[in-house]
This record gives sequence, structure tokens and C-alpha cells, in this order.
Amino acid sequence: MIRKKGADTAVTSSRLHDATGTPHIIECLNLTKSFGETEVLKGISFYIRNNEFLTLLGPSGCGKTTTLRILGGFEEADAGEVSFEGRNLLDLPPYKRQLNTVFQRFALFPFLNVFDNVAFGLNIKKRPAKEIEQLVRKALRTVDLEGYETREIDQLSGGQMQRIAIARAIVNQPKVLLLDEPLGALDLKMRKEMQVELKQMQRDLGITFVYVTHDQEEALTMSDTIIVMKNGYIQQVGTPADIYNEPRNAFVADFIGESNIIPGKMLQDREVEIEGRLLPCVDPRKPEDQVDVVIRPEDIDISEPSEDLICGTVESVVFKGVHYEMLIESDGGFEWMVQSTDKAAAGSRVGLRFGPDDIHIMAKSDFSPDAAGPDSISRAYEAAEGGEGDE
Amino acid sequence: MKRKLNLLYLILVYVFLYAPIVVLIVFSFNASKSRTAWGGFTLDWYVKLFHNSEILDALKTTLIIACSSALISTAFAVLSCIGIYALPGRQRRLVMSITNIPNITPDLVTGIALMLLFFFINMPFGFVTLLLAHTAFNVPYAILSIMPKLRQMDIHLYEAAQDLGCTPGQAIRKVIIPEIKPGILTALILTFTLSIDDFVISYFTAGNEVTTLALTIYSMARKSVNPQINALSTLLFVSVLILLVIVNLRTSRQFSRRRKTATPGALV
Amino acid sequence: MNKSLRRLSFPYLLWILIFTVVPLLLVAFFALTAYDSNGSLYFTLDGFKNVFGGDTVAFSFLGLSVQLPLYINVFIRSLLIAMVCTLLCLLLGYPAAWIMAKMEIEHRRGSNILLFLLVMPMWMNALLRTYAWLALLEPKGIVNNFLGLFGLGPVQFLYNDFGIGLGMVYNYLPFMVLPIYSVLVKISPSLLEAAADLGADPRRVMLKVVLPMSRPGILSGINMVLMPAMTTFLIPDLLGGGRYLLIGNAIERQYMVSRDYTTGSALSIVLLIFVLLSMQIVARNTDPDADEGGLVA
Repeated sequence: MIRKKGADTAVTSSRLHDATGTPHIIECLNLTKSFGETEVLKGISFYIRNNEFLTLLGPSGCGKTTTLRILGGFEEADAGEVSFEGRNLLDLPPYKRQLNTVFQRFALFPFLNVFDNVAFGLNIKKRPAKEIEQLVRKALRTVDLEGYETREIDQLSGGQMQRIAIARAIVNQPKVLLLDEPLGALDLKMRKEMQVELKQMQRDLGITFVYVTHDQEEALTMSDTIIVMKNGYIQQVGTPADIYNEPRNAFVADFIGESNIIPGKMLQDREVEIEGRLLPCVDPRKPEDQVDVVIRPEDIDISEPSEDLICGTVESVVFKGVHYEMLIESDGGFEWMVQSTDKAAAGSRVGLRFGPDDIHIMAKSDFSPDAAGPDSISRAYEAAEGGEGDE
Repeated sequence: MKRKLNLLYLILVYVFLYAPIVVLIVFSFNASKSRTAWGGFTLDWYVKLFHNSEILDALKTTLIIACSSALISTAFAVLSCIGIYALPGRQRRLVMSITNIPNITPDLVTGIALMLLFFFINMPFGFVTLLLAHTAFNVPYAILSIMPKLRQMDIHLYEAAQDLGCTPGQAIRKVIIPEIKPGILTALILTFTLSIDDFVISYFTAGNEVTTLALTIYSMARKSVNPQINALSTLLFVSVLILLVIVNLRTSRQFSRRRKTATPGALV
Repeated sequence: MNKSLRRLSFPYLLWILIFTVVPLLLVAFFALTAYDSNGSLYFTLDGFKNVFGGDTVAFSFLGLSVQLPLYINVFIRSLLIAMVCTLLCLLLGYPAAWIMAKMEIEHRRGSNILLFLLVMPMWMNALLRTYAWLALLEPKGIVNNFLGLFGLGPVQFLYNDFGIGLGMVYNYLPFMVLPIYSVLVKISPSLLEAAADLGADPRRVMLKVVLPMSRPGILSGINMVLMPAMTTFLIPDLLGGGRYLLIGNAIERQYMVSRDYTTGSALSIVLLIFVLLSMQIVARNTDPDADEGGLVA
């Protein structure tokens, strides 16, 4: 094989498996990072497809922001590789990367007005004034803030600052836009509006968005792909539907949406014991007998108490608009949350009805990453062993 | 009643502070050379002042030293502050407490210590030692004026600049420096003032070749002060007053529009 | 912030080594050495012997009289004068700062111009301003002429403790007012209202709320007045008529008149250690975030 001079940093083909065949714009391999004693990233690998909306989701301290800052070039990884369109990214300083960032608290330059803020990157690249003006106007139109050119930064509302921060980034026509909890500083209503707009913007611009958030609802609403992180490890990678419907462990189940997590025992395939009852399910047997059973509150129906159902007493009933949310203390001593359009009176005895495919079985050890076997729904883990010889 | 008493008290304090200044200014127009007896109005001292090469030379030295040490120490302080700010916490605190040493060392000891330094390395006393000494005592003050502004800055601004294509140098020039500009202005005014006003450190580090205004006044004060000095001080005082009023008006107008911070001139 | 920016601090580290650390070490070095007749240096403790030994002079204070070595005598007298001057600055300056702060708190105006007027005199040469007091206070000066109209005086203001004390208070008063003002002005008016609401009369509000809250300002004011007042050699030179010896003059004369670098440096070291120790005491009493803070407060 003939290699071009200086092409040794170029990775000619992907080292990560992908069934869809869409090109990967970014690939990360075994990234680690510590701050002093604290290990923030413990060797994570994943790829980002071209033009997708990818969200890094997790509680604070999970390493999601650090991952984003490594991509942006503001943090150096201790070890690992990142390639961007097949080329090593980590050797490039931030100002040479074809990525732009929308910062957590906007980081707009307070001494410049709106126009000069948005034009900043173009000015640095010494583009002709005429072109700059056109591009800035176009960017402002994209974020719906035409006519704000001469405003000072401190005359803007939070939502407007947010839009300017986005305009300032996209005006440079980056291939990837990095967004670090960009809606964190906005109020709830504004956040909801911006979610829809951001998704729309990503489609219209046709570029890749990498989005960091701790808000699972935000992630579910906007993303094509979600990477759930915890304690420096990736817990699960998948589409919002995958992650919601098939959480790979109890942490993911609990973090994404409301969940009832009940200890169970599994002695054979497709049968689990909860609260002393044997119930049919669809999962195969796990290596260990003790498992966590996850059942979504909206998958449970209220019915008359009977012998073959788990039964309990209704503790509280709250009307939530579309449904009632009930807390039920089961005979086995667990608290179940049920969301249903049917209402049961507080204090009454009810039975909990759910089907075999509503029961999700999680190995307890799935909290640790070592349990990520080849059957994982994840599309990333095999990366490391996946090997070089793919060509 | 109480308010009037308060006002009276303040007036007395200000009379105390301004009495000698008024005397100075009034007696710069005194036809008699006496420092107490009024001998009629004259502008003689102002005319003579501009022919007195001793005073004019001292003024020139003072201004050159003050301008250059203010510029050098502020520029140096800006870069140093950014460097110190990027240091990890414990090192930063150590550097800042060493920076505070000249602040808590009496001027007298600072002057002597610098004199001994130049003496020890056999550097001839003169303009260079004077400039070095002034810059040496100005740098910590400049750093202490700029550092708080830098600490107030959102550190993501620097990253945002790099993200948008700035090299580290460009990011400093185009983002950090505009952002800490009020601190830089304070540092310039403060160091300039300290340098012009300094007597003690100049006294020990100037040698016999060069002399500043303060040194000239000191050597005169032991005998009798030439009223030309009064005339010169009046001119300087009035021009500084006008300058500061303009700076204050302009900055306070700018700042009240942008954000509510103290005007830099008001600090000095 | 980016690690590469740390390099910008390296020149400064070299700078403080050369212009802060080494010069102070040199003072210590010269305090322990002297030149012999061949012009080469040798180790000696003569400097410190001169400081702590030497001729004794009677030191009297509040009716007590003790025989003390000359320099110890001068040292203690300088400290006493500086302390009295600091106390006077505090007594005169605190009410002024409070009145100004109240104007700012209650009316949101006026105090800016007052602050400006407070620092404005510093733009006229300190020597010259001090010198101008001679014209005011001389036996035939303006004040005595004024007193003469009422058949009083002439009073001897100059060349004694009064003259020097006045010169110090005059020069250092703004340095006491500024830090106290900057603390007082931050006291929220609702705090004073709360105190009054809880039954404190104005005097109690002052004693129990305002005064304790202004402690950092007072301490920093003391810091800014005591040290310069103790080490000045200009004011005793001008207003003391050159006959009055304080520690600042003593040190200055060792270097510039007698050219005894050894004794001069030994005196400087003793003074420096004393100053640093007293700063330490004050620093321990101020709040910890002040360490990297601004200039005024």
C-alpha cells in the first residue's frame, strides 16, 4: 500500500463499526482525562455521524462537558485519539479546528455590539467587508434577530443573547457545532421554544450538532442520537426511542424518564420473580440471579385487585393534566408510580397490570461498563477491539 | 440641624486639606518673594519659570520618567497578570503575596534596597536607575489594579475568541485587553501619579546627574522655595484638574450607558 | 484558561526575583558586612550592635524616664508619634467617611465629587504642600497673624511635636478616609433600618452595626497610615526644622550623610521586620478574600 507523505496522521478508514454506512465526522477512541486526583473520563469511545444531532447526556460530573471541551480544544485529553474527517484533531489548536462552540453562559464579548460579535470570527479570518456584512445578516436572519446589529450586548435578553451566541458560531460555517448546555441559563418557557428552534436550525444548516445537557427531556426532544454518560463512562448510545424503551441499565432507566425500579430474581429465560410472583417477560436470563426490574409508570394500568396481579394501596393521587399520577404502596413494601388516565381513590386497593414486554430486565452489574457485552445495543463499545484491519 | 453640622464638619476637613494648596496658588501671584507677606499681584514668576532651565529640566525628567515608567509597568503588568491568572491556584496565590511585598514595605526601605541593588551591581546612578526604580515600584501597583478586572472576566471569553479563530496572541489583543481596559486605565493613571509624586525612591536612586521636580523642591525647601516652583505646581495642578475632570466626565458617561462600574479616574 | 498563557508569568517571576527579593536580601547582606580598608567585604555584627547598643539617652514618656540606647529611643519615639497620628487620622477621618458614605447611601449623589476632592490634593507635590504649612504656621505666618487680630499668640506651632503631628495628619488623612469610606458605602441601608426596627437607637446602630462592619476598612486605613507615618523622613525634616530625629531620618542619614551602610541596613532590617510583623497582625484580622483585592479597600 502506498501512503502519501505526511499522511501518517490520517486514518483512512473507520476503526469503529457502523451498520448504517453514514460517514463519521468525528471518532473518539479511549479518551481519558483527569483533573488532579479525579478521573473525569475513564476511556470513552464513540463516533459522531455526519449531520446528526448528537447529545451527550448525564448528571453533572459525568464527563460530558469535558468531552465537549476536548473536542473544542479547550482541554487536553490525557490519552486517546480524536479524528475529524479521518484526520487527527488533537494536534490542532482550537483556532484551527473547523468546529465552533456555543458556550454555557454565552461568552459574548461585552465590549462589542451585536454585529461585531457575530462578525468576530470572520474579521479574524480577514474576509472582505462586503462578504462579512452579508454573512452576518444571513446568520442573524437564521436566529431570527434581524435589525439587532447595533444593539449592545447588555441590552439583550437571555434568549436573545443565546441566539447571538449561536449566530456568532454558525456564521463561520463550521462543520460541527458544539453546544455546552446552551439553554441552561434560560427560563422554562424560553427553553422549550429554543429546543424546537435548535432542531429546526440543525436541519436547515445541514451540519452536525454536538449538544451537552443534563436535561433528559431536552435530549429526547432534539437528538438523533443520545450518549448517556455517568462517572466518566458511557452507559448507553442510541436513538431517543432506543434509550427510552430499552434502557440498558437501571441508571439509564432512572435517568431517562420516570421509572419504577424493583429488585427481581431470574432463574430462567423469559420469567422473572417480582414481589414473590412469577411473571412472564421477554428478556433472556442474565448471568446473575438477582436483577433490577424496570417498569415505566405509563406502562402500568390500574385494575381490580386479583390473585395473579401485584396489589397495593393508593397513597396519593395527583392530577397532571393528561393523566393521573398515583403512588401505590405494594404489599411487598415497594412504592410504585403509576401514570394512567384512570383514577383510583386514595386509600383504595388496586391491582397493577402490565404486559411481558413492559418488563425490562437489567443486570445489577450493568452499572459498571465492563458488563457491556457484544450484544449491547450500543454502537460504540467494540471500537477498541474492533481492530485496524478493516480495510 | 444635624445635617448642617455634618456639612460643617466636612467643610472644615476640606479647608484643612486645601488650605496649603490655596496658600501655594495665591502666593504664586505674589509680587514679594516672601512666603507670608502679600506684596501685590504679579505674573512674574510664571514668566521667569519658562526661562529657568533648572526647573524645566527637572520637569522634563519627571514627565519622561513618569510617562515611560507608567507605560512600561502597565504593559508589563497586563501580560504578567494574564500569565499569573493562568497559573494554578496555589502558585497564583504565592505570586500575588510576593507582589504584595513592595506594597507593605516602607518606601524608605524599598528605596534603600534598590539603591543597594544598583550599588552592588555597579550600575552608575542616573536616568536608567531612576527609570528602573520607578518601574520596579510601579509594577506591583499596576498588577493590583488590573488583576481584579481580570478575575471578573468570564474565562470563557478567551476560549470563545480562540474558538472563533484567534491565535492566543490575537485573543489577548482582541478580547482580554478590551475587556480589562478599565483596569488598564486605572493602572496607567495610578502609576503615572505615583511616579510624579514620588520623592523617597527617587531620592535614593537618582544619583547626582539627574533630578526630578520633587528632588529639586526638596533641595530648595531647606533654604527657601523659589516662587517659580509655586507657579509651576499651580500650572500642573490646574492642568491635572482639567484633565481628570474631562476623563471623569467622559468615562462616567460611557460607563453609565454600558455598565455601572466606578470610573477609573475616581480611584486616583 | 489555557496553560500556554502561563508562560507570560515567567518574565514577571524573574522581575520580582531581581527587583523585590534580591534587593531585600541585599539589605540583610549589607547589614551583616562592612568594607575593610582594602575595600573588601567582611562579616560583622557591628551594625546590629550599633542599633541595640551604643550611647544611651534618656527617654521620658508620661512622667517616666528610662535610659535607652539611642536608636531604640528613636524607634520608640517614632512609633509613638506615628500611633498618635494614626489615632488622630482615625478620629478625624471616620466621621468624614461616614458622612460621605451616608450621602451616597441616602441620596446617591454628592459623594463622587467629594471623593474626587479628597484625592485631588495628592496631585500637588506632597513636599510642596507640606512646605506650604510653613507659611501658614510660622511665628509671623498667616495663622499667627489671624490670631493676632484677637490679641492671641504668637503660638509656636513649628519645630515641635505639634508641627510634625499636623504634617502627618495632613498628609495621611485621605489614606484613612478612603478605605473606611469604601467599606461604609457598601453597608446596605436596609441593614440600618433593620437595626432601628429591632429597637436600636442611632447611637446603638453606630456602635453595634456600623462600627463592627467597618472594621476591615479601619484596619486597612491603619495599615495605610501607620507605616508611612512611622518611616517618613520628609515631614520631620521640613516641619521639625532638621532638629527632630525619627527613625526615617536616622536611616536616611546613615546612608546619605555618614555613609555607614552597615548600620543603616541593620536599622532598615529591624524596621522592616517590625513593620512586617505588625502587618501580619493586621492581616490576620482582615477578611481572607482581601488578599488579591483592589487597592483602595
